[in-house]
Amino acid sequence: MQFPGRRKKVIGSSQNDLYDHCLQFYGQPPLENISLTEFETFAVERLKLLKSVENIGVSYVKNSEQYVKKLDAEFSSLNFPLRTELGDRRVQGGTSEYEKRRKDHISHFILRLAYCQTEDLRRWFIQQEMDLFRYRFGELTSKHKTDFLHKNNLKYETVSAEEKKSLKDKLITSSYGLSGITVEEYDFYKVPFQDALDLVRTRKVYLLAGNAYIPHHEIVTIVLNDFRTRLSKALAMTARSLPAVQSDERLQPLLSHLSHAYVGQDYSIQKNMGKISLEQIDALSGKSFPLCMRHLHKALRENHHLRHGGRMQYGLFLKGIGLTLDQALQFWRSEFVKGKVDADKFDKAYAYSVRHMFGKEGKRTDYTPYSCMKVILSNPPSQGDYHGCPFRHSDPELLKQKLQNYKVSPSGINQILELVKGMHYQLACQKYFELTHNVRMLFILACSNWACFCQLRDSPAKSFTEPAIVFTSAISLKSYRILICEVLYSALRFINPLIHSVCSKYRSFLTIYEQHG
Amino acid sequence: MSTSDYDPACLPDLLPLYYRRLFPFSQYYRWLSYGGVSKNYFQNREYQSFTTQNELEKEMQKMVPYKIDIGAVYSHRPSQHNAVKSGTFQALEKELVFDIDMTDYDDVRRCCSAADICSKCWTLMTIAIRILDRALREDFGFHHLLWVYSGRRGVHCWVCDDAARKLSVAARSAVAEYLSLVKGGEETVRKVVLSDPIHPFINHSLSVVERYFQQYAIVDQDILGSKESVDKVLAVLPEDILSFPDLAVSFKDEKDPMKRWNLLCDLVLRKKSNSKKGGQYFDKEIMLQYCYPRLDVNVSKGVNHLLKSPFSVHPKTGRISVPIDLKELDTFDPFEVPTISLICEELEKPRAEEAEEDDMKDKENEQEAGERRRIRDYKRTSLAKYVKVFDRFLEAMARSRKGEMLKKSDLQKDF
Repeated sequence: MQFPGRRKKVIGSSQNDLYDHCLQFYGQPPLENISLTEFETFAVERLKLLKSVENIGVSYVKNSEQYVKKLDAEFSSLNFPLRTELGDRRVQGGTSEYEKRRKDHISHFILRLAYCQTEDLRRWFIQQEMDLFRYRFGELTSKHKTDFLHKNNLKYETVSAEEKKSLKDKLITSSYGLSGITVEEYDFYKVPFQDALDLVRTRKVYLLAGNAYIPHHEIVTIVLNDFRTRLSKALAMTARSLPAVQSDERLQPLLSHLSHAYVGQDYSIQKNMGKISLEQIDALSGKSFPLCMRHLHKALRENHHLRHGGRMQYGLFLKGIGLTLDQALQFWRSEFVKGKVDADKFDKAYAYSVRHMFGKEGKRTDYTPYSCMKVILSNPPSQGDYHGCPFRHSDPELLKQKLQNYKVSPSGINQILELVKGMHYQLACQKYFELTHNVRMLFILACSNWACFCQLRDSPAKSFTEPAIVFTSAISLKSYRILICEVLYSALRFINPLIHSVCSKYRSFLTIYEQHG
Repeated sequence: MSTSDYDPACLPDLLPLYYRRLFPFSQYYRWLSYGGVSKNYFQNREYQSFTTQNELEKEMQKMVPYKIDIGAVYSHRPSQHNAVKSGTFQALEKELVFDIDMTDYDDVRRCCSAADICSKCWTLMTIAIRILDRALREDFGFHHLLWVYSGRRGVHCWVCDDAARKLSVAARSAVAEYLSLVKGGEETVRKVVLSDPIHPFINHSLSVVERYFQQYAIVDQDILGSKESVDKVLAVLPEDILSFPDLAVSFKDEKDPMKRWNLLCDLVLRKKSNSKKGGQYFDKEIMLQYCYPRLDVNVSKGVNHLLKSPFSVHPKTGRISVPIDLKELDTFDPFEVPTISLICEELEKPRAEEAEEDDMKDKENEQEAGERRRIRDYKRTSLAKYVKVFDRFLEAMARSRKGEMLKKSDLQKDF
């Protein structure tokens, strides 16, 4: 005798079944027909969303209040599902929840097609989708979280109240930040230790009989690992079936446009054209350029030459900060001629590529300067190259030396190296910028909001476009406070050296004040 | 004398005897072949693999291996290695193993160094076994652990649960890192850093260490005796404790190491009232730095790593790598472990009358005779009790496998 198998879900017959949770693992591809317009719109909107996720993630600490607020705003404006119940309620003529979820589902799969092709694209896509997922999962209520886990076969049981009570002390001491009350109130999940390796490795979780007891706010890490594994596998599979999709002429142009699209703030060149003179470049390279460009400029001056990767990265940067085509040609020619290239050869071989950068040759694309992500992720430098991101591509020892040469303080260098170790290359660059602009930068951060500075962070070119903001006066409140504390602390420790210490501190305080006052 | 002088030069003569009459093949084969999958062993960097016990026996008796190392179960027979595409030839299963080597403690033991061991420092192995055994069983839920004396200066642990054998490299390294507390090489002075909250695993480990610390560290190793070793201990203390002026004075006045230790522990209380953060568990850190097990993460991580087999002979000491009975752990003496010379000598001793009867039975059935003879043989030697430990371990595994199979077939039953 056979028992009937589980009733199969018939797609489309019950809308509520298919999208009964606002969050999903994207296990099943959509099986309906959609118009090309919808195909394109959905894809572009999700791409915008992912780019926002990326940008907001660079500017704010992930999952902090500001981060969440910013992302919330993006979600509403782009019409993606967030937390609401499925009830097919229309928000005053806007899209229903069901429609939002459908868009979420379909757009994810379309982007898989666009982003499965290369290692870089896959990595980027997985990273943003994971950040997106983490954010959305974090916004769910406890009940919805458990629902989600069960619906997706993550059969992690919650720990019973009695067990929690008997293990209370152990649970409190095994994770940071838990108290008796939180242990009682929060849900704990029992997860086989093999699914929680990161927590096991760092001993941040209680283990008993092969199970890790995970507090509910950590369960997202487990779920994320699962998400990453599934998505990674899926992308590999998608890549294999891609040729079939690409042969469809209607889709092919859209898909390739999606993976190369620069969907972000467009800072047009016209705005900055003609704002700097060639004579200023040397001085500015030391004072205001981001480290990568400072490095390239120095190499160019020393060797009177740069290879292709370096020419592209630096050349487009110079364009971005306002060099005109004529200025650029003059700049490159004068430098190369000092080396092994004579003027004729320059005009024949290199001038073309400078004009190409400005959109005056070939297919006449007015290329935009490289974004940080591009510099970090693609085209790593090899021997003889000077391009790339020094925080990503330099050996930490060499980076340290370089920073020492540029008079960055030892504690500052350590902070930077920590960020590099954690792979926060853009934050490391930001820190370098703060440290080399010293007091002034702190003041900016203290009184203006992050948005100002954040606009500077999107690409190396942008970090330079608004020099006016950086040059203001007055010592920052923060530095002043630190100074006073140091003086007091020294006073408490030593009696004799007190006078000496206060005097020298006062002296240095005055110097700083004078310089920037 | 329990060990009988062992001379490495005799090894070529003794080994064939060992493999012919003493090596516990049937148990060994049982162990190697659970799961019905063939295993390999390596000799002179040659892959060998076997499908029956007879094959194994014959091959080993022919080869007379000096070293037996055990590796992973592979998806194809290793002799096909070159023929099979490289990606598909992968290690499928391997026990989770741990290797504790006494040389890793050279910076904290004063009695010996390098390959030497003595009864004073052997306590470190006892501590290591207790801590790791508890953690692997209680925290990770493993059941089938075989602890083996390496024959010279350390112990190995073979975790043989199915779940353990299927662990990925990442999982193995996570387990090894969870179990690691002593970090840092020659350049690091303070190798154990504890901060709030203290994980239950650390507390469990500390309670084991505390049981042995006074006798082992203060008395046997005398870490607070001479100036040199006192300095080493003090080097680990946080700065603000060192700056207590009475510390130096009291150490000058008080010569009794035990009282000196108590002085240090008193300072812990004073430290707690001091608001400066960091280093408030320095007494525990000292105990752990001097006693906590030091394992080589790479040995446990690598699925392709080889580890010396139980019942192999250590060429330098002649001792057999015997399983350790945890019930008698505190009385285990590495110097009482039989050498190959000893057990071969014991073989030659005159046999009792029952032996004559058994010989008669043998003549009747030649096939089983060989095996029975072998069993009787090792039972007459000091090897016997160690083979018993191995037997018990294998029986426990067999029982649990039977239980698993019953469960599985229950689940699959159709009504």
